[in-house]
Amino acid sequence: MATPVTVYGPPLSTAVSRVLVCLLEKDVPFQLVPISMAKGEHKKPDYLKIQPFGQVPAFQDDEITLFESRAICRYIADKYPSKGTMGLFGTNPLVKASIDQWLEAESQSFNPPSSILAFQLVFAPRMKLKQDKALIKQNEAKLVKVLDIYENRLGESRYLAGDEFTLADLSHLPNTQYLVEKTNRAELFMSRRNVGRWWDEISSRPSWKKVVEMQNAPSQ
Amino acid sequence: MAMKLHGLVGSNATFRSMVALIEKDLDFEFVPVDFAAREHKTPQYLARNPFGQVPAFEDGDLKLFESRAISKYVAETYADKGTNLTFNDSKKLAIQTVWMEVEGQKFDPASAKLVWELALKPIFGQTTDDLVVAEFEQKLSQVLDVYERRLTESKFLGGDKFTLADLYHLPNIHYLMATKAKSLFHARPHVGAWCEDILSRPAWLKVVAMLPK
Repeated sequence: MATPVTVYGPPLSTAVSRVLVCLLEKDVPFQLVPISMAKGEHKKPDYLKIQPFGQVPAFQDDEITLFESRAICRYIADKYPSKGTMGLFGTNPLVKASIDQWLEAESQSFNPPSSILAFQLVFAPRMKLKQDKALIKQNEAKLVKVLDIYENRLGESRYLAGDEFTLADLSHLPNTQYLVEKTNRAELFMSRRNVGRWWDEISSRPSWKKVVEMQNAPSQ
Repeated sequence: MAMKLHGLVGSNATFRSMVALIEKDLDFEFVPVDFAAREHKTPQYLARNPFGQVPAFEDGDLKLFESRAISKYVAETYADKGTNLTFNDSKKLAIQTVWMEVEGQKFDPASAKLVWELALKPIFGQTTDDLVVAEFEQKLSQVLDVYERRLTESKFLGGDKFTLADLYHLPNIHYLMATKAKSLFHARPHVGAWCEDILSRPAWLKVVAMLPK
């Protein structure tokens, strides 16, 4: 059996969970090394050597050390094209271009407002921080505009980049999970017919269910 | 049919794709989008870029949006033309991809805000918000500290040659070099030298020649 790859960071982290679901989709065995943010482990010199911004995740296999969840996902999808879900990064250059396009849309348009909302609505209360109502309102308005665009797109094709599940859809799982399951803003997604249908499909993939199990495990 | 890039002269994102096309010596037509006439919100344009933003790109039947995806497509599809903007070796490519993500996730959020406050607001007759500038100069400084360390170990951000990882940075750095924020780059010797190097590339000079004097 191949040596498991290593992922550093807690499964509750949206960026860590993005990498975990990709590894599960590709059937790549991994070990998870916990990094206690509460104890400041992510800012210690040994960790900064592998992730110079002091964030999670970091990733190591027998050849390389990487960071940035979307870069790690691209690496995994490229390195194991025939394992697990095969079309994750496309099987030809034109499909790959479409996947890259929607990965960038996730990165540039979906991630900023959905991250801020997830932090304000889910993490701030847990950390006993005061919520910023103006910031919530502003980012909800931004997210609504993005979801309207997704609603149109997902009326034209089953998944964002085409008719197959790809990295572009996968990349949306972490933030959406929090907003749909842990806030009262689920209707942003579920009131839109195509977006709701897409969310139901991608979130019920066995790989994502496994990640959610890891997030809900009591030992953290 | 020649490639087409729909965009706006001076737009960071438009220039990010345009410079890749020029680095690759590719034949393309630049099609200006008329923002004053709200062309970017017309159904015809939204069919090219559903976010109503620039740029949008066509290569035959292929249509793409998102400047970084366009540059990446061009770099990969026409790898053997002009400058090779990407590594062939899979490990080197993985490292290059890390720093491409760093640009999008760390550098751009910090620097784009400063470009707006320091370079663009004055042009539009709006007032710079000094508190926002202070906040984002702090954020950018933290990113550039990491870049300084990286560039002591590596000639370019993505590895030992100029790649997309460096190219993605060109528009924002160009604008900030004409503002007080340039001191953030010059205060860090390796970052300063890297900026001078990439900004002086002939392809980038061709892009900035399009800007009004």
